[in-house]
Parts: sequence; structure tokens; C-alpha cells
Amino acid sequence: MTGFYTLFYKEWLRFWKVRVQTVLAPVLTALLYLLVFGQALRGRTEVFPGVDYTTFLLPGLVMMAVLQNAFANASSSLMQSKMTGNIVFVLLPPLSHREFFLAYLLAAIARGVVVGLGVFAATYWFIDLPMAHPLWILGFGLAGSAVMGVLGIVAGIYSDKIDQLSAFTNFIILPLTFLSGVFYSIHALSPVWQLATHLNPVFYMIDGFRYGFFGVADTSPSLSLVIVVSCFFCLSWLTLWLLKIGYKLRP
Amino acid sequence: MTSAIEIEQVTKRYSQVQALAGVSFSIEAGEFFGLLGPNGAGKTTLISILAGLTHADSGRVCVMGHDVVSDYRAARHALGVVPQELVFDPFFTVRETLTIQSGYFGLKNNTAWIDEVMENLDLTSKADANMRALSGGMKRRVLVAQALVHKPPVIVLDEPTAGVDVELRQALWRFIQRLNRDGHTIVLTTHYLEEAEALCTRLAMLKQGRVVALDDTGNLLRAQAGCQIQLRLSAELPAALLPQLLQRQENGALRLSVVDFDHIEVVLATLRAAQVKVLEMEIVQPDLEDVFVQIMNRS
Repeated sequence: MTGFYTLFYKEWLRFWKVRVQTVLAPVLTALLYLLVFGQALRGRTEVFPGVDYTTFLLPGLVMMAVLQNAFANASSSLMQSKMTGNIVFVLLPPLSHREFFLAYLLAAIARGVVVGLGVFAATYWFIDLPMAHPLWILGFGLAGSAVMGVLGIVAGIYSDKIDQLSAFTNFIILPLTFLSGVFYSIHALSPVWQLATHLNPVFYMIDGFRYGFFGVADTSPSLSLVIVVSCFFCLSWLTLWLLKIGYKLRP
Repeated sequence: MTSAIEIEQVTKRYSQVQALAGVSFSIEAGEFFGLLGPNGAGKTTLISILAGLTHADSGRVCVMGHDVVSDYRAARHALGVVPQELVFDPFFTVRETLTIQSGYFGLKNNTAWIDEVMENLDLTSKADANMRALSGGMKRRVLVAQALVHKPPVIVLDEPTAGVDVELRQALWRFIQRLNRDGHTIVLTTHYLEEAEALCTRLAMLKQGRVVALDDTGNLLRAQAGCQIQLRLSAELPAALLPQLLQRQENGALRLSVVDFDHIEVVLATLRAAQVKVLEMEIVQPDLEDVFVQIMNRS
């Protein structure tokens, strides 16, 4: 237990010590999106009845920041440790693959949640956001960041070089999060793109998270939760197996 | 009594290279053991398997009687490894690094021992310095300290003195020798053969993934090298002595092997008969380097 807790604490310290870069920067990025898109599209669209565009946009942007940062935390930490070689410090001690997994996962969730709370805090005085179902907000926030945290672990284990990881980020994570309905309701899309969006698991994370605020969603939130949680279990099973056989970590 | 380390028929292949081709030996508790061999002989691979950083293709390795795969927790608790590469985590100070490393081994309140280790490695003044700010030598000391936080009975040092200045090297060896006297088993790989000769009670030499020598350091020195003489001559070495020639040195001196001291007389008689004068003569005691070169050339 001490071993797991220490690894989690180390991972927490790792991002918290450089919070300007790991927390403040993504909060600022989210605010810039909010400012630019909110201003550009204000008054031109009303996605949900009675909800102005900036208010509609905020939960999606929060969730996007949560997801991207949960992914970035696990993947960049593992990647850097492998590149610099200090991964041996966690491979030499008697930590089990489950402890290893849980510690990196929880730290990823923690970073996602801290960044998400940061975006809320920064907009608290400007945007009057309803909270129809707080438990759904919490549930999707945690489940979504957990999925991306596991994905981050996989990417971190797999990547041997920085360009591999940045390919993973730029060609998979960014498109999935950008095309998930953060900036629009999928009802505004053509049927083909609606179908494509339904194949994107991130869509369910954003949609369910948004449901928690407005009580309205593109898809049933229960279905979304089932899909997100199923993704989590499948990816976790795969990742635990990779860790158990020591894939790329203990060649 | 259980051996500190038992290695049985370990093999490991990396795509084209057979890094280990069936290595077996054991190291008794309390030994100061040297693992020698040229680059690529398989030393680091063997240590990685011992430490659980790499999986062997076949064979079995135990640390203090615990299998490094099936009973890895107990095996890793018993083992402290100082890695060859100068690695560190740039996010932390020296004290944080050591506290975190203790935590990984399940130790919560380890401050007293951490202080003692830092004191012994002359790190106390740098306790709150960030790892990035330390010199190479200091980083090396922290690596040693990290390997010791959980007081492992077996300590493995993989070329710990590569690129380290004389002062630290001596301080490090004093500390390691003290740990050995206190009952810790020490396993050392090094390229500095005089270090191995001075410190290790027993040696294994690896070449291309095989053990080519395994004996007490004293036995190896006696049995392998015989005796040598170094000569400077007035003329060329007579053909009759050529088989004994080991080396031509840059200053013109010749190194010849002789079976024992009596054999020197035979060499001198041969020279006299060929009317070659001896300008200088020196009897050379073989050191580990000679033994090493001989064994590596022969096998």
C-alpha cells in the first residue's frame, strides 16, 4: 500500500511542481477557446433552447481540457521516465503491475480534475452555468479522465521516442476530442457525420458531461455512461496485461 | 545456508545477438564478487535479469532464495541495484528522491537511515539541492544511496566508478567495503581491473554470454598468468625465444612469459648463446589485467 501511495504521490508532485505548465497553461488555452469561439459565434447559434452559445460551450471545453490533460499526464510522465532512464526507480522496487497501473491512473485523473476545476474557477464570475445533475457531472468527469488516463499509460508504454508520442497525441487524441461535439451539437451535422461521431467514444464523455449541466443531451446519458465505462474496462484489461508481461518496460 | 544469488542456465537472446548462452553460478552470502568481461559480454543483461528489468528466455535466478519472477516482491526487497547509467529524476531534491525510493519499498519512516546513508556518502550538504543541480559525481552518490534505502542484503553495482574522480572512488569503496564487512553481499561489475583485484574475493569472467572463468581472485592470479620478465636487449630477440614473447612495448622493451623463476636462467642462457646482451631486466608479477587478457584470448 505504501508503495502504491508513494508512486501516486510522486506522480502528483511531478505535475504539481510545474503547475504553471501543467495546470495554468491548459486552463488559459480553454479560456482562449471560450473567448474566441464564444465571441465569434455569439447570437448566431442556439444549440439548446434558452442556453446561449458561450454557456453551451463551457462544459465541453472543460471536459476537453480534463481529457487531454489526463492523457498528457500519464503519457508524458512514462515517456520522460523511459527516455531519461529513471523508469528504473519504479521498476526495481517490489511494486506489482496493479499498483503501478493504479498510481499512474489516479495521478492522471487528478491532473484532469484539477485542470477542469481550474477552468470552472476562472469562468465562475462570468458565466452562469446551471448544474442540473451534479452526480452525472462527477461521474462523467471521473470516468472520462480514467479512460484517457489508461490510454495515456498505453501511449507512454508504447512510445520509445517523443515523435511517436506526439503522433499519438496529434493524430488520435486531438481529432477524437475536437470532433466529439465540444463546439457543436451533433444534430447540426449531416447524417454521415452524425454516424461517424457516434463511433467516437469521446463524444459520449462530452455529451454525458454536458447532460449533467443542462439536463439535455444528444444521446441518453445512461447509454453514454455504459459506453464510457465499458471502454475503461476494456482498455484497463489490455493495459494491465501489457504491464504484467512487462511489454517494453521489462524487455 | 542459502546462496545470496543463484543463477541456473540463464539464456537471453536479443533478435540477432545471443546475450547470454547458458550462464550458471552462485554467489554466497557475504561475498564481494566481481563480474568481469569486455563490452557486450552480457554483464549488464545478467544484472538486468537479476533485478527483474529484463526477463530471461530460459533458466532461473534467485536472490536470497527468492525466484526473481515467481517471488519477485521478496527478491526485489533483498536486492539493491546501482544502475550503470547516470539517471535521475529532475523534479526532485536529493532528500525527496531518497524518501520516495524508500516509499516504493514500503518504508514510511525511514528518515534516520536516509540521514545516515547521506552522511556516509557525503551528501548531507546537498540534501535539499535539486537533482539537476548536482555534478556527475554527486548524482552517482545519490544512485548508490537510492540502492541502499531499504537496507538490502545483496547490493549490485554496475560499473559504479565509470567517470568518477579518484576521491569519490576511494570514498565509495571504503563505504562499500564497510557494508560488506557488515554482512552485505556485494556484486560488482567494473572495467577497472585493478579495482576488482583489490576488492573482490571471487570473480566470474564472461565472454559472449558464457562464463569463461570462475574462481577466487588469488587462484586466478596464481594459476593463469605464471611469471613474466621484461627485458631490454642489445639486439633482436633470438628466434628460439619468440614463442615466449608476450608483448613488444613502445620503448623497445620485451615482455616474455616464463614458467617459474628457474626458467629465467634458461632464457638468459639462450640469450648468452646468441650473443645478445641484456641491458635491463625486470621481473613482473602478473596482475588481473594479464589474467583477463589471457583468458579472453584463449577462450
